Amino acid sequence: MSEGAADDIRGTVDDIYRSDSRRVLATLIRLLGDFELAEEAMHDAFIAAVEQWQREGVPKNPAAWLISTGRFKAIDAMRRRARFDASLGEIANRLAAAANDTSGWNEEAVEDDRLRLVFTCCHPALASDAQVALTLREVCGLTTEEIARAFLTTPPTVAQRIVRAKRKIHDAHIPYQVPSQRELPDRLDAVLRVIYLVFNEGYSASSGASLTRHDLSGEAIRLGRLLVALLPEPEAIGLLALMLLQESRRAARTSREGDLILLDKQDRSLWNRDQIAEGIRLVEQALSSRRFGPYSLQAAIAAVHAEAPSTAATDWAQIVGLYEVLMRVEPSPVIALNRAVAVAMRDGPAAGLALVDALLAEGDLRDYHLAHSARADLCRRLGRTEEARASYQRALGLTQQGAERRFLERRLSELPAEP
Amino acid sequence: MQYLLMCCFDEAKWEKIPEAERDKVMKDYHTLLQDLVKSGHLQAGAKLRPSATAVTIRKKNGKPAITDGPFAETKEQLGGYHLIECQDLDEAVGIANRIPTLPLGGSVEVRAIDFQEI
Repeated sequence: MSEGAADDIRGTVDDIYRSDSRRVLATLIRLLGDFELAEEAMHDAFIAAVEQWQREGVPKNPAAWLISTGRFKAIDAMRRRARFDASLGEIANRLAAAANDTSGWNEEAVEDDRLRLVFTCCHPALASDAQVALTLREVCGLTTEEIARAFLTTPPTVAQRIVRAKRKIHDAHIPYQVPSQRELPDRLDAVLRVIYLVFNEGYSASSGASLTRHDLSGEAIRLGRLLVALLPEPEAIGLLALMLLQESRRAARTSREGDLILLDKQDRSLWNRDQIAEGIRLVEQALSSRRFGPYSLQAAIAAVHAEAPSTAATDWAQIVGLYEVLMRVEPSPVIALNRAVAVAMRDGPAAGLALVDALLAEGDLRDYHLAHSARADLCRRLGRTEEARASYQRALGLTQQGAERRFLERRLSELPAEP
Repeated sequence: MQYLLMCCFDEAKWEKIPEAERDKVMKDYHTLLQDLVKSGHLQAGAKLRPSATAVTIRKKNGKPAITDGPFAETKEQLGGYHLIECQDLDEAVGIANRIPTLPLGGSVEVRAIDFQEI
């Protein structure tokens, strides 16, 4: 065998690792009933693939070959260890007896396994940061280092979270299954929340290694697509739409210097039309189900913005209406603030300011910098310069994020000088 | 797999609940336990006497130190327990969800039993 051919095989195996390793892993976890054993088995199977495929060629169904090989590798490993722990020998025998039955991993079962893996990684019995780390590691295949970099923490911390989560899955017998229809709404929420958290980490963070964080948004969209393909629930579709519509503005959101550009100043020709078209199609699909929730509604708001040629030509009445529905579905002070800003666009800054002041008086938003910068902006538009200055300064005192600070400082400097 | 469901409740609050409502909760409890016996889930369980009847034992320098009251001062006290046999955590949580004191503001801790080498 020439060196070139060996490199070819390695390249092929690398490609298959990228495209199939997560499906292979998900099925091995089900067959072996153990996360760590399954991971080891998968790696052994890929090492075996490099050797064996060089001699015998690439099999017709590489994923099936890898699952089968991984399973036998795991049985071998357990038999070796059975010398120290007799119970492993028994489990190995039981696995071996079932190993020749391949009916449990046809194409459909393998896809179900991926969905099982998503739900297990997002099980509510796991701590929220563990859910995120485990999903990125097991479902997306990110390395511990990549996850640590993205969440500004250290690889040992991430590794520890993952180890603890796996131990809990094992010790508490957290099931490897898609929840029943009755439990699905609650459990799906956790999955959607994790995906959106991953997306936002990639979307709104301006510090840290921006490249990895951009990848996180892509990873979240990929996860969203996987979920919609496997489980086309309206809110899963709504979340995918929301992520696509937000992602479509990425190129227009920051200047070359990394400064924040607000919606009304963005160059709309930079918006990604393909993502917008797909997002709008998905929003319509989610809303027509009549079982939509907060993600679909937020996506609908993003879609109204995406369809408008300019801020002035935006259908603000529709946006206010959507925020009102959102307030009924999931009331929160931040949504109330967004509604107030939309009302200001529909009815003028004075109407908006009255709402923002009422919200600030309630107290929940007192330390939320965006509430003060929204107030500042409305005062500025009303010519109440001194109040605007005080509110910008208040907002500035509440945010640490570089791009946002620069934006607020610029706004402050643009205010007319004191009389 | 066996799980222990530890049912905690604010005893002071329980005392303030009208008699009729308390009777209803206890009746629901009875129904639930009968169901769990029939389905084969229930292995053992009991209601506990109020936490004021508890003593706590620790050892200090090798000598037992016995104190009055439950081991920790908390708002909620352990009021009873059930040992159940379940397939996995989700099934155990499903049963814990049906405990009738939950809607009154109690909590149920679900813990898998460690049966290593038994």
